[in-house]
Amino acid sequence: MTSDSILPSLAYIIIFPGFLFLALYGLSLQWVDRKLCACFQNRMGPPWVQPLADFLKLLAKEVIVPDAADSKMFRLLPFFAMAAVMTAIVSIPVGAHALYSFQGDMVAVIYLLTIPTVTFFLAGWSSTSPYATVGAMRVMTQLFAYEVPLMLSIIGPAILAGSWNLTEISAFYAAKPLLIAAQLPGFLAAILALQGKLERMPFDIPHSKNEIVGGQFTEYSGRLLAFFYLAIDMELVVGAALLNAVFLGGSLGVAGWAAIPVFLFKTLFVTFLLALLKVLMARIRIEQMVNFCWKYLAPVAMFQILVDIFLKYKLG
Amino acid sequence: MAKITIPFGPQHPALKEPENFMLVLEGEQISGSTINLGYNHRGMEKAAESRTYIQNLYLIERVCGICSHSHTTTYITNVEELAKAEVPQRALAIRTLIAELERVHSHLLWLGVAGYEMGFETLFMYTWRDREQVLDCLELLSGNRVHYSINTIGGVRRDVSAEQKAEVLKRIKFLEGRTQYYIKLALEEPTIAARTADVGKLPPEVALERGAVGPTARASGIARDVRKDEPYLLYDKLDFKLITHNTNDVFGRLVVRALELVESYKLINQVINNLPEGPISVKVPMKIAPGEAVNHYEAPRGEDIHYLKSNGTDKPERLKVRAPTLANLQSVSYMLDGGWLADVPLVIAAIDPCMSCTDRAAVWDQKKGKMAVYGWEELRKLGIEHYKHRGIDFSKL
Repeated sequence: MTSDSILPSLAYIIIFPGFLFLALYGLSLQWVDRKLCACFQNRMGPPWVQPLADFLKLLAKEVIVPDAADSKMFRLLPFFAMAAVMTAIVSIPVGAHALYSFQGDMVAVIYLLTIPTVTFFLAGWSSTSPYATVGAMRVMTQLFAYEVPLMLSIIGPAILAGSWNLTEISAFYAAKPLLIAAQLPGFLAAILALQGKLERMPFDIPHSKNEIVGGQFTEYSGRLLAFFYLAIDMELVVGAALLNAVFLGGSLGVAGWAAIPVFLFKTLFVTFLLALLKVLMARIRIEQMVNFCWKYLAPVAMFQILVDIFLKYKLG
Repeated sequence: MAKITIPFGPQHPALKEPENFMLVLEGEQISGSTINLGYNHRGMEKAAESRTYIQNLYLIERVCGICSHSHTTTYITNVEELAKAEVPQRALAIRTLIAELERVHSHLLWLGVAGYEMGFETLFMYTWRDREQVLDCLELLSGNRVHYSINTIGGVRRDVSAEQKAEVLKRIKFLEGRTQYYIKLALEEPTIAARTADVGKLPPEVALERGAVGPTARASGIARDVRKDEPYLLYDKLDFKLITHNTNDVFGRLVVRALELVESYKLINQVINNLPEGPISVKVPMKIAPGEAVNHYEAPRGEDIHYLKSNGTDKPERLKVRAPTLANLQSVSYMLDGGWLADVPLVIAAIDPCMSCTDRAAVWDQKKGKMAVYGWEELRKLGIEHYKHRGIDFSKL
């Protein structure tokens, strides 16, 4: 590699759409989410610097590692979670194109997005405290509930577009915006599954504070907890970007820097839907979550696949 | 699956007051539970013996932060009974008014806590916002939001003016509309039904056996309400329904409390519109004639019992408080068994526990590492031994 190809690559990884962009936009989305929930619940909500202040405050706090935990793994897990999320954004179109797109990058992204969940499980399991253990078991149970509906619902649009490449899928729907409307059931299923993936209300079962205190993160503190939270914020951006690319036609054909505002607007829209879900209902139990995902979400996603196969056959 | 024991409290986000529940879990399901009380013992009954009857009012008010009026009313009913004081009708009406406002405030608070425990924060935010209206009413009438201090021996401390009546009626009207909305929400929202239906089952026979009181008993279909069974204050002249529900679960407790809110609004309207004229208090001597009195009262959480023994001085000889939570806690371990871990906060919250009202005394044996609760015989034996060391022999008494 020459210096003029290393420098832009580094800029991509560190600044845009890598670490800096993801972190700052993730914190901003967290603020938007909290402010929206506050509006829905008739509260004031935090000022815009609050997520950053929370993050910095946690950075300054002492890190306590339980004696019984595997110290190395305990310390590394938050960074694994963050790295996986940051790698996923590379293949998801933020502007008109993804940075590195290849045939089958959709599968790679789904795979990379599963890694944070696995680190949550390992974090809880290696903490060895009762709350964290129960939380870890719930993380795994929940993973098996939402992961399949999420994948199924994403496969539908991909079949219609005839590609497993996220950039090509979003270009396909940008060219034929009418077909976006046909993806509505799958989109709703994907939004619900994403809510489960991000462990937000009503699916925040693994770390529901009234039941098991901090769940899988009970023993985490200071810097390590801060990076876990940052990874979750980044996952929100990446999840919203994935839904944008698959269901909402990506940049809608806008090229260059002008595509960025389109991206921001549409991810904000996805965040709005997620925030709405958060305030609308009560948290459900883990066994109700599994039932719901397999009884309703998975069939809806499969119905979407049938619709897409039918449309593909009709459209030639 | 291996069993794990999870401590639920004394420090836990779901518990507002320190109390300990040891839960034995098989996966997500509970196969056994133990309740440990006694983290909140404040020695109030003993403290009451060294204060005058008037000073005790302020002490008794602080037994509970929410049913403060319930405790003082029960206490002064005892004092007035012993002093044979004729309390004016207007004072009784004002006490009834504050009592019902307190019930509204407590039930709205409970609704919010239940929402929070089932992970429905919007419900929590909404009900607590609306609860401010009733707190404003209480502040308007008594000058205080929580510890109203409206009671005094022989009557009440403040009168109700015409403007205050109009203001309270206005706010109650607003709350009636909001309550209808919450009832609709509770009955129609599927996630609330999913979280509360068939959770924390308490069949009527078990409720009777374990002595459940208040909304907990009424949700098991037991028509028991001190306001109806043995009317005090003005309740025998007022028209209201006794709300019961027969689902025996948390959902029933939710519905009972929501419908009781509506009944309370009716009561408040009746009292305000028919407020008797006359003085608001009578003079009662500082020294109370010797005797014993027991009274009960339907606090928002259930039946509250006070026992008072006077010895002719200005201080009580003995005061005993039996708060409703103590009666309801016996049912909690039954309700928890076989349930889900996720339902524990909700089941505990469903009896509307007030731990600090409940805690009296328990003995922790450090050598054996066991909690011991003494019965009357053992306590008497211990007392006799204690005084023997000081040279006094009570064993012949």
